[in-house]
Amino acid sequence: MRWEPVIGLEVHLQLATQSKIFSGSATAFGAEPNTQASAVDLAMPGMLPVLNERAVCFAIRFGLGIGAQIGKRSVFDRKNYFYPDLPKGYQISQFEAPIVGKGNFEILLDDGSSRSIRITRAHLEEDAGKSLHEDFHGQTGIDLNRAGTPLLEIVSEPDIRSAAEAVAYLKALHSLVTYLGISDGNMAEGSMRCDVNISLRPAGSAALGTRAEIKNVNSFRFVEKAILHEIERQSEILEGGGEVAQETRLYDAERDETRPMRSKEVANDYRYFPEPDLLPVVIDDTYIETVRSSLPELPADKRRRFLEQYGLSTYDANVLSGSRTLADYFEAVAVDCGDAKIAANWVQVELLGQLNRDARTIENCPVAAAELGGLIRRILDNSISGKIAKQVFDAMWRGEGSADTIIEARALRQVSDSSALEAIVDEVIRANAAQVRQYLDADEPKRKKLVGFFVGQVMKLSKGQANPQMVNELLAKKLV
Amino acid sequence: MHTKSVAQLIKGLRDRQFSSVEVTGAYLERIALLDREYNSFITVDAAAALAAAAVADNRLGAGDSAALTGIPIAHKDIFCTDGMRTSCGSRMLDNFVPPYDATIVQRFRTTGAVLLGKTNMDEFAMGSSTESSYYGPTRNPWNTALVPGGSSGGSAAAVAGLLAPAATGTDTGGSIRQPASFCGITGLKPTYGRVSRLGMVAFASSLDQAGPMAHSAEDCALLLNVMAGHDPLDSTSSPTATTDYCTTLDASLAGLRIGLPIEYFGEGLDATTGTCIHSALRELEAQGAELVEVSLPHSALTIPTYYIIAPAEASTNLSRFDGVRYGYRCANPVDLHDLYTRTRQEGFGDEVKRRILVGTYALSAGYYDAYYKKAQQIRRLIKQEFMDCFQQVDIIAGPTTPGPAFALGAKSNDPVAMYLEDVYTLAVNLAGLPGMSVPAGFVDDKPVGLQLIGRHFDEARLLNVAHRFQQATDWHLRTPGSASGGRR
Repeated sequence: MRWEPVIGLEVHLQLATQSKIFSGSATAFGAEPNTQASAVDLAMPGMLPVLNERAVCFAIRFGLGIGAQIGKRSVFDRKNYFYPDLPKGYQISQFEAPIVGKGNFEILLDDGSSRSIRITRAHLEEDAGKSLHEDFHGQTGIDLNRAGTPLLEIVSEPDIRSAAEAVAYLKALHSLVTYLGISDGNMAEGSMRCDVNISLRPAGSAALGTRAEIKNVNSFRFVEKAILHEIERQSEILEGGGEVAQETRLYDAERDETRPMRSKEVANDYRYFPEPDLLPVVIDDTYIETVRSSLPELPADKRRRFLEQYGLSTYDANVLSGSRTLADYFEAVAVDCGDAKIAANWVQVELLGQLNRDARTIENCPVAAAELGGLIRRILDNSISGKIAKQVFDAMWRGEGSADTIIEARALRQVSDSSALEAIVDEVIRANAAQVRQYLDADEPKRKKLVGFFVGQVMKLSKGQANPQMVNELLAKKLV
Repeated sequence: MHTKSVAQLIKGLRDRQFSSVEVTGAYLERIALLDREYNSFITVDAAAALAAAAVADNRLGAGDSAALTGIPIAHKDIFCTDGMRTSCGSRMLDNFVPPYDATIVQRFRTTGAVLLGKTNMDEFAMGSSTESSYYGPTRNPWNTALVPGGSSGGSAAAVAGLLAPAATGTDTGGSIRQPASFCGITGLKPTYGRVSRLGMVAFASSLDQAGPMAHSAEDCALLLNVMAGHDPLDSTSSPTATTDYCTTLDASLAGLRIGLPIEYFGEGLDATTGTCIHSALRELEAQGAELVEVSLPHSALTIPTYYIIAPAEASTNLSRFDGVRYGYRCANPVDLHDLYTRTRQEGFGDEVKRRILVGTYALSAGYYDAYYKKAQQIRRLIKQEFMDCFQQVDIIAGPTTPGPAFALGAKSNDPVAMYLEDVYTLAVNLAGLPGMSVPAGFVDDKPVGLQLIGRHFDEARLLNVAHRFQQATDWHLRTPGSASGGRR
């Protein structure tokens, strides 16, 4: 039997506000434990939450970014459970009336096609602190720096059909939220955390199978691996005539497997009820329109524009619109050099390749867009060949200066002086009489191959600086 | 000195008839002398009080005084006080010294009031007799065999016993008004949102409200002037503008329409208490007010509604007391579950545990709709009923409690009988309205309180009616010590 996976994702997105969602404490990552926890975060007696309006604004930006209904009157609820890193004994979340309702957005698959994934809802909530089990000699340390960090929990419909689609969904989400400027999207620091709901059904069936929920999957790669593992596990059970248990499982990245969480960890009745310390959040149309007018161009629109305005290939447009910084970089290069296709090629191949090799991101790229544009301009005006340009680019990467500085310093300017080139061509012809004879005896198709030998020799003698087009023209004139 | 009203103390301090150190010292002496018997205070720091009084005297001398500069005030031990233990009447917080002030404590400090001490209360404000305190029961100064009411029984007893000129209290279902009634003093529960809840240990967040307890309406107005106002750190605090509550105290009652709910004068009301209330109402009538019979048909549902909503909120408000960060922690926990279980078992008293259990049940999956949600629906009906009533009348009046103070121990083993004490006060909290209790007579030498209920944010009107009543009567001037009290 062929099994079709049915997958829905819940993503906890950390919002990039300066302060926490219900207190004035800072949200910066990596501070000394408990130095960013106020009396409110510690749930000291009598302390009360005050909603951070910026978090509300960010949630609305997201809602508008996926074309969703914005909850005009959303309500915070208490989700009750006991845990040492949850100081109040309840998490303030949204249950019945979330701030963002149904929406959808487009994901791009590796084959260049795209799919629309529906979003069920997104709601605001506060993060818990961290329990640290190491370094405390059998005891547990509590760090409440993260307690109260604003999260947007984004819940998708079960529209995803493969591990690759799940990854594409997360990438698209990452791209969207960084475009919107509502999250740094830093997976390593936990800014995007993911729970996966997955079930299998016979291919072609419309019914849904029993699902398992996999918690704690915190990178694109782990999402892919966890889903692949879970598909295998569930299909083995189903093939064997068994039934998948509805349960919560934990992904263990070290062993690359999922295993059931202890029932104690999941058997909670959260006793949701409206948080009496906060008023309902009432949002009017004027506010929504103000937020809407401040939205940047979103990834899908930018991709479409790259296709139309610059005539890029679908693949190039997808890659270059993937992040707002990369897109801005590319556009700056294209404008600077005046040739979008060459700019696209350079950014895609040389720049991204080099970033990748150095494990850097576009955000801390050592070569500014204008500098890369300057290099491309020297290719376009025939000052250097594409091959030399790569050498120049490497030097620029090492911080040796602008393209012009390096070209001058290393005397890399292309030889386009016809008398100088003529002398070299003459010398090559003189030194290779046998090859010349062979060339002259050959028919037209063979000649085309043999001419490459002479071009190579000229390039060698000119240390790669000969203008290739002129060399071809001279050879054609002289080899008669 | 200790028989003076707050208004008189303010005048005496301004006129340099006496100093704040003298006034504060006089009250500290009375506390030392009498509170062994009343047990109205949990914590008194005489040295700190005298030091604050000296600072106040300097301010008074420098002409830099504010409304209550130099006036000693007792705070219910539910308000966090920077550097002074805030126990909430519980073993759970017996060792808790907050590093911050509640907003209202801060406001009293800013005005230069002297913090006399922290008063006894039912544990976490859950009770109507101040018998559930970890620090032992408070006794009623009128008759120490009686309870002072609760949960703000310590504040009521301290004022009635002349151990403090005025005090703060909190009222979630009657916890200012009922002890005020039992102790023969004046107490005001303001509109929900009028006074900041920040730094006040939460019992039931949607019902809790802090207010003044003093001898007279005028003194309550002086305190409310300091307490009332918007607090940006309490999202439920109202931005509605406050007024100077002293300026309207003398307004005429001519043409005032007073609604008397038939449900508040029926079965369950002690006959003699009823007589006191009726004669108080006749006094208001004599001053030109019109008495109008009204009906609040859902009154019978207030007790069940309240005893779903308040415990539900309390059950989660009290989750933070887990032994992890502050407060009581059981000895030698073997694991996390043991830490939670024994800390809460040993740290909370029976009434608190009872309400946590009831509230947890009411919010549980499968019961939420039948209990919590239903209770919220009825709460809306109750509020609407009051709104409709206030279309016809300006204020509502009736008894504060079904009868006068009862003996210590009389109801402490019968939770439901104890809950019935609040039958006339709960609806005010459910509807978020302001309510007052004003001394209106005696039953067998036990004080009786007249309850006044106003429109939202109409505290000025309640204080006005109470003040006019007190201009014509002397119930609020009686003090314990002789039969039916000697006049101050």
